[in-house]
Amino acid sequence: MLDVLMLVTGVAALLLGVWCGWAAYRDQPTKDWHFIGMAVVTLLALVQLIAGIVQLARGEKPEQGTTIFVAYLLGAFACVPAAGFMSLGERTRWGSLTVAASGLVLAVLEVRLYDIWGG
Amino acid sequence: MAATQDGPDRTRLIGGPGLLLVWLYGVMVVGAVSRSAYQIATEFDRAPLAYSLSAAAGVVYGFITYTLVRGGETARRAALVCCAAELAGVLTVGTWTLVEPSAFPDATVWSDYGMGYLFIPVLLPLTAIHWLRKARSEQRPAS
Repeated sequence: MLDVLMLVTGVAALLLGVWCGWAAYRDQPTKDWHFIGMAVVTLLALVQLIAGIVQLARGEKPEQGTTIFVAYLLGAFACVPAAGFMSLGERTRWGSLTVAASGLVLAVLEVRLYDIWGG
Repeated sequence: MAATQDGPDRTRLIGGPGLLLVWLYGVMVVGAVSRSAYQIATEFDRAPLAYSLSAAAGVVYGFITYTLVRGGETARRAALVCCAAELAGVLTVGTWTLVEPSAFPDATVWSDYGMGYLFIPVLLPLTAIHWLRKARSEQRPAS
């Protein structure tokens, strides 16, 4: 269950990264549709955070330690919205590129999360 | 804000490419600080040197992020110095870990030139130095 969530979130984050990277390439700021995309990815990360905590509460143990696991879950959740808010104040291609970078970073975080969980 | 010595019209360092830099530096701060805090708290004796270096890297990243957000000529110079120190740190530690792996039972943020962090630690200071130098030349006609 958690494995699937990590995969879906990671792929969605990559897509968001490519999409906003494309916007940056075309010299466009982030637009409403991009923010909806960010909201979807953030929602996935939130569901993942809750699912992860539920798994822990059930007594499951991540392979590389609970603290690291929770820290990565929180980081994954905060990653895209942080960049999204920053892009609100920067209405140029650089705002889009920042969100694109956040998508890539989140995808990397998902890979690390998968390792930490030991899936 | 206007009460500081640089005045309200100090150079904005987080516009344009600077925004991306601040974001990436922010990621590195969170990464390096949380990682070293956890490792120092739980298993410091295993690799004291490596964990201390990670913590130092986190502090440097934190300071650079702060100077970028603050802006102004003084902050710009301070950020330049720190980026140079950061670059020197990455290159030194990166070479050190390759030449003498036995000194590092566990990885630092800067091990193998930051390979575990997609080489961001070595690319970031280069980009930042370029950006900070450019920010100075653009500032004159603007003000």
